[in-house]
Amino acid sequence: MKARFAAFAAMLVLSASPALADARGDAKQQVAFGINVAQRGLWREAIYRWERAVEIDPTFAAAYNDLAIGYEHEGQLDKARKAYEKALQLDPGNTQIRQNYDLFKEINDRTGQKSDSQ
Amino acid sequence: MIGPARNRTASRLALAALVALTAVVTLACGQDYYEIAVETPIQPKLDVSPFQRVLVAGFVSGGSDDVDANLETVRLLRSQLRTKSQLKVIDADVMPLNEIAQDQSKPAGATNDSTAAEPQAAASSSDPTALPKSIKEEKDLEPYERLFANTSYWKNIGEEYQNPLIVTGTVLFAPKTASGFVNREVEEFDGLGRRRVTPQRTYQERKGFVLRPKFVFIDGRTGATMYSETFREEILYPSQQNTPALSSYFELMDRLVPSFLSALSSQKIKGTRVLLN
Repeated sequence: MKARFAAFAAMLVLSASPALADARGDAKQQVAFGINVAQRGLWREAIYRWERAVEIDPTFAAAYNDLAIGYEHEGQLDKARKAYEKALQLDPGNTQIRQNYDLFKEINDRTGQKSDSQ
Repeated sequence: MIGPARNRTASRLALAALVALTAVVTLACGQDYYEIAVETPIQPKLDVSPFQRVLVAGFVSGGSDDVDANLETVRLLRSQLRTKSQLKVIDADVMPLNEIAQDQSKPAGATNDSTAAEPQAAASSSDPTALPKSIKEEKDLEPYERLFANTSYWKNIGEEYQNPLIVTGTVLFAPKTASGFVNREVEEFDGLGRRRVTPQRTYQERKGFVLRPKFVFIDGRTGATMYSETFREEILYPSQQNTPALSSYFELMDRLVPSFLSALSSQKIKGTRVLLN
């Protein structure tokens, strides 16, 4: 009985993991391409790639992080905030995402500072 | 024979599954990172398109006698606007706004000589709306803010300079002392000569300055306030350290200038972020 259960579990994992790995693998390719073009200054292309990556794998925190940086660079601060928050929601313990987000918030808070009048 | 063979097959499958799972987890967790420079564009808070010129008129100032906060703020903002905005900066004498506000608060017909000033000072002790003669703290500045609501005054100034955008406000630059625990890093070497840095909390007397500017943007065509924004920054040093007041003033203003400029013109804020793969 135990052996049957182990075999069943093994089959289940084996059948599920290639699909997971495929999605993550494809998303990682998009993310890597995005990083490559961002490093050359082609931020719009990079954003397109990272948007594709989060479409392919909506659980990929790194892709959301990179997308947030892309939006930030383009001045789309609302979109950047949402993407950072999603990245942190997916990977709350990631210190690099947290650090990026803190730096972003510093700018965002400054620009959104409340005026005294009008 | 069948029982053990089946068990072996199941064990192999379980092992294979474990390997596959490890591969998936490794794929998911093995993260490369790349530092990248970013320049975040910030849209201006004010629409300054109706103006071709800007007049940094002057500031109601106080706090420290070591720095003329009115003069220094006007000079600094004019020089920043010259290089970082599209507006033409008007070179004009710095307006002594403390005195102008005092004059405006005098009842009609009062003279400006020293004999008239004494009864005025005496009256100020009983009148809560009277302007304090010297500005030492934040609350002393509040009564002066009536000056910025005087639209006819600012409209006249605007007409004189061909309807520019007028920048004015208040600046308090005051000394501050504080004491408390601060974190500092202590360098240590062990018996083998290895260096180690450990954080240590120590009690310290500190002194420094607080800078609290309020920037008021006035439409020179109407005299009306378009926008205003208040900032507050402070800097503290160990009490043994002697830092000139003027260098502290510039250090604090350096922190605020990008925010001031972002009200008038689009800015790019440079920084670095970490891309993950």
